[in-house]
Amino acid sequence: MLTFLARRALGALAFTIVVPIAAIVLGRWSAGNLEAELSMQRASAVSIAEARAAAGLDRSAAAQVAGWVAGVARFDLGRSARFGRPVSELVLDGAAHTAALAALALLVATVIGWPLGVVTGARPRSALATLVAPLSLAFVACPPIVGALALMLLAVSTGWLSVAPGSLALPTLALALPLAATLERLQAQATSEAMSAPDLPAAAARGVPMWRLIWVHGARQSLRPVLGVFGVIVGSLFSGSLAVEVLTARPGLGHLMFDAIGARDLWLVAGCAFVGAILLAACNLAADALRALADPRVRES
Amino acid sequence: MRRRAQAWRTALATLAAIVVVIALLPGIAPNDPGRSFPDRAYAPPMRLHVRDASGFRAPFVREQVLRDRLLRQFDEGRALPLRWFQHGHLVTIDPTAGPLLFLGGDPLGRDVFARLVHGARLSLGVAALGTIGALFIGALIGALAGTSGGTIERVLMLAADFVLVLPGAYLVLALRGVLPLVLSRAQVFGWMTVLFALSAWPHVARGVRAIVATERVRDYAEALRAAGAGRWRLARQFLPAARGFLTVEIVLIMPALLVAEATLSFLGLGFPPPEASWGTMLQDAQNVGVLGGAPWLVAPAAAIFIVVFALHLASGTRADSALLALTRARPDR
Repeated sequence: MLTFLARRALGALAFTIVVPIAAIVLGRWSAGNLEAELSMQRASAVSIAEARAAAGLDRSAAAQVAGWVAGVARFDLGRSARFGRPVSELVLDGAAHTAALAALALLVATVIGWPLGVVTGARPRSALATLVAPLSLAFVACPPIVGALALMLLAVSTGWLSVAPGSLALPTLALALPLAATLERLQAQATSEAMSAPDLPAAAARGVPMWRLIWVHGARQSLRPVLGVFGVIVGSLFSGSLAVEVLTARPGLGHLMFDAIGARDLWLVAGCAFVGAILLAACNLAADALRALADPRVRES
Repeated sequence: MRRRAQAWRTALATLAAIVVVIALLPGIAPNDPGRSFPDRAYAPPMRLHVRDASGFRAPFVREQVLRDRLLRQFDEGRALPLRWFQHGHLVTIDPTAGPLLFLGGDPLGRDVFARLVHGARLSLGVAALGTIGALFIGALIGALAGTSGGTIERVLMLAADFVLVLPGAYLVLALRGVLPLVLSRAQVFGWMTVLFALSAWPHVARGVRAIVATERVRDYAEALRAAGAGRWRLARQFLPAARGFLTVEIVLIMPALLVAEATLSFLGLGFPPPEASWGTMLQDAQNVGVLGGAPWLVAPAAAIFIVVFALHLASGTRADSALLALTRARPDR
């Protein structure tokens, strides 16, 4: 178990280092476009040189990466050219907003989707399952950008939800509903596979009650594959939050990254990539640990 | 159960037919998607009538007369019969009475329906080509990893894992940042296809590698190797086994890419503004202030929903199984 987690942690560490470095290299590349765009605007040679220096293009890529890594060691992520503030402040603020939104959406989605999936998977012909199946299909087809627009329309026409910039309900629901539906479908699929495994009739023959078969025996079997998809789910949560943040004018990492890329703000891009990578790696590590707890075979690998 | 599955297939076929017709025949739109009718900004959709006070009639619409430009109020005027197959359009009305607006007008007075139909070509086109590209790259890398084994396999799957963990929207956004901000329509189309293919291949590669790994230990593979078949010869023999998997992957990838196009264009990093794509159209729907008075502006979101819904309907639970199989396909587990 420990060696497994240590290996995973090492992978996560490598991930958080590689992602921002890749972002810096990509950022340098795009800063080259900045130059072309400035000269198209007939900017003077001096201001182009200033812009080059601000983007660090007068140094080599290796020197730039080394400078950034040295800065990280001192918890200094550089200064944002776009906002004129330290990147660390901006990025931590954005990350806190995005993490809160994503965590809340994940919680709501799990609370709705997981138990529903267990029930509908165990009893696919029940009234509940026939009711949930089409609903679930509809919400799976509602990616956050579509769901957010539909909810905004609902909000302005009925007043059931607030569209104020600080309000959490609308962005959370937009992210959580498709995720809840996905979880429900995955859990139902995994549960119905688990319920057809030979150990369940055997347990039933020993007199284990039905609820225990479903919620303990079946759920434990089905948890493993669903936890395995967790990493993908977290990634899609981040992707979805980008669109939802911009659409609802909510501050966050996605919004910040969008601004940074638009303004060719190299250090802000690198900072966003760094903090985003840490969040992602932490989530994936947590998912791996949960998987190892649920399935001893995982630990052996 | 059987009959419901049948109904689903029928629904899918219908939707697919609608999408194909719309994408291939812009003549379905009554107006030019770029043309602005100043008097029709925020005009509501025209209702199709088949009866009036005197009883049933051929389908007609009511003329829209602008009453108040500021309050965006329109009155219904005289009846205008629909005209079929005129001036290269499927259906129009008397041009002196203004444009025929099935889905209303956008903030610039352009025909939302026409823009939706023309936008379908760009949005569905880029998503479909991106999907094909991702399937191609994924199958290539998966087959290479599966037939090589050893270090090559491990490195390729590590790369796949790396890209798989990255959130797609951020990846596409970061790669888009490398390109110049201002691009022509054709350039955007080409680059977007490439970016989409580059961000969506890993899942395919995973699955194909797993399938190839089970095929390569079979007797026929042994026989082929004994007969001196090289790696690509072997891969060609293995890939048909992945056909079912690749079909299901379409359902997982294409919706994501459709949303990616919408997100990028919505953010102003996709198709340039006067162009009609589902993403650029969503920019008009962003304004909460006007959304309540003009709900037809979310039409492209509804279109995305219909396409994604149809894709999931067609796959049934197979897409879920493919997603769940992801964990089983890991080489190190």
